[in-house]
Amino acid sequence: MTIVESALYALIGGGALLSLVRLARGPSLLDRVVATDTLLVIIAAGLAVHAALVQDPTLLPVLVVVALLAFVGSVSVARYVGGMLLRSRTGDGRDVGLPVAAEEREASS
Amino acid sequence: MTALADVVAFACLLAGAALCLTAGLGLVRFPDVLSRMHAGTKPQVLGVLLVMVGAAIRLDGWANAWMLLLVAAFQMLTAPVSAHLISRVAYRRRHVRRDLLLVDEFAGTGHQDRVYEGDEPGDAPPENPAVRPGG
Amino acid sequence: MTVEPAATRLRHQVPLVVWLVLVWMLLWGTWSWANLLSGLLVALTVLILLPLPHVIDGTRVRPVPLLVFLGHFVVDLFTSGAEVAWQALRPGGVHRTAIVQVQLRADSDLLLTLVAEATSLVPGSLVLDLDREHRVITLHLLPVRDLADVERKKAHVLVVERRLVRAFGSAADVAALEGTRREGVPAP
Repeated sequence: MTIVESALYALIGGGALLSLVRLARGPSLLDRVVATDTLLVIIAAGLAVHAALVQDPTLLPVLVVVALLAFVGSVSVARYVGGMLLRSRTGDGRDVGLPVAAEEREASS
Repeated sequence: MTALADVVAFACLLAGAALCLTAGLGLVRFPDVLSRMHAGTKPQVLGVLLVMVGAAIRLDGWANAWMLLLVAAFQMLTAPVSAHLISRVAYRRRHVRRDLLLVDEFAGTGHQDRVYEGDEPGDAPPENPAVRPGG
Repeated sequence: MTVEPAATRLRHQVPLVVWLVLVWMLLWGTWSWANLLSGLLVALTVLILLPLPHVIDGTRVRPVPLLVFLGHFVVDLFTSGAEVAWQALRPGGVHRTAIVQVQLRADSDLLLTLVAEATSLVPGSLVLDLDREHRVITLHLLPVRDLADVERKKAHVLVVERRLVRAFGSAADVAALEGTRREGVPAP
């Protein structure tokens, strides 16, 4: 059973690490949103696995919160970017406050 | 708790954990935002369901099973909504590798920003300065 | 805001109240009269403060087609889940992807939402856009081998739609679906 337990933690931890890699590398905001969403769900799965292994149900309410947090987070960021695009008159959202690209800042200075 | 139930529970947990690993792998290996959405949100739905089933078998007691069922139901209800919102914004900002697309029946219907042409990050400058807006 | 008969309003609100009370009880984890009463109070407060548009016009639930749909749905979940997982694991990188549009035949808010949710939950297809007026759904498909494969996956969406209409659609919806099939409009 200890082999199965360490295999479970290794699989979950590997998935979480890989999504952290995507979170760090980006390259765009939406990549990071997708990575955060995945990371939170993997964390929820990890909590459930831990609760199942030690047979301790105290973690379950945390599970509900984490599962809903992933949804609220990604929806609010997607709506933020989408709303910026809708209100933008130039199409790229720069006139309503979406960030200026680092490359452009370097070129103009 | 019988041995058979334990074996089923661990099989479900292992399969779910393996799907979480493939979600991470796909997130790193897939080429554009839309493909990464598939990797991120899809093995998860199945993976989370399997993990919840395994945990529900291990933690006997109806109160625990109901709460795990609730988590699974929330996942099934919310995953398509957030996936749709993100993918629509991603398509409009052209986070799509066009060279990997076999068919695009959605193109040319005015759902994309004109100035972005490749798989550039969302905050990159337009590729074609001639049609740059406002400049 | 239009005034509507109390019976209609009741019919629309009762399922929502039941669902909210159920979630409340599941969150507490135990059954008791105190939970039931406080849940009813919370559900009614939520519904009065945040009213929702009505979507369940003329809907009925047929148990046997619903079971058929759920069975196929779970099988789809497993087969395409394995397919997408293999795409992430296989050494050669990913197959090509495709963006396709499918003309749906159902014409009710609830049915279109259900079709979009079901196709979105099954791995390998992602809903990009849903044109309510023309009933056109736009999907992003992940593992695509060739054009024949694209056509097969588009046909599959229509199959899912038919199962859903049979499970949830009103009599008129089912009749409309069968009618388009008999006229020889491309159907799976």
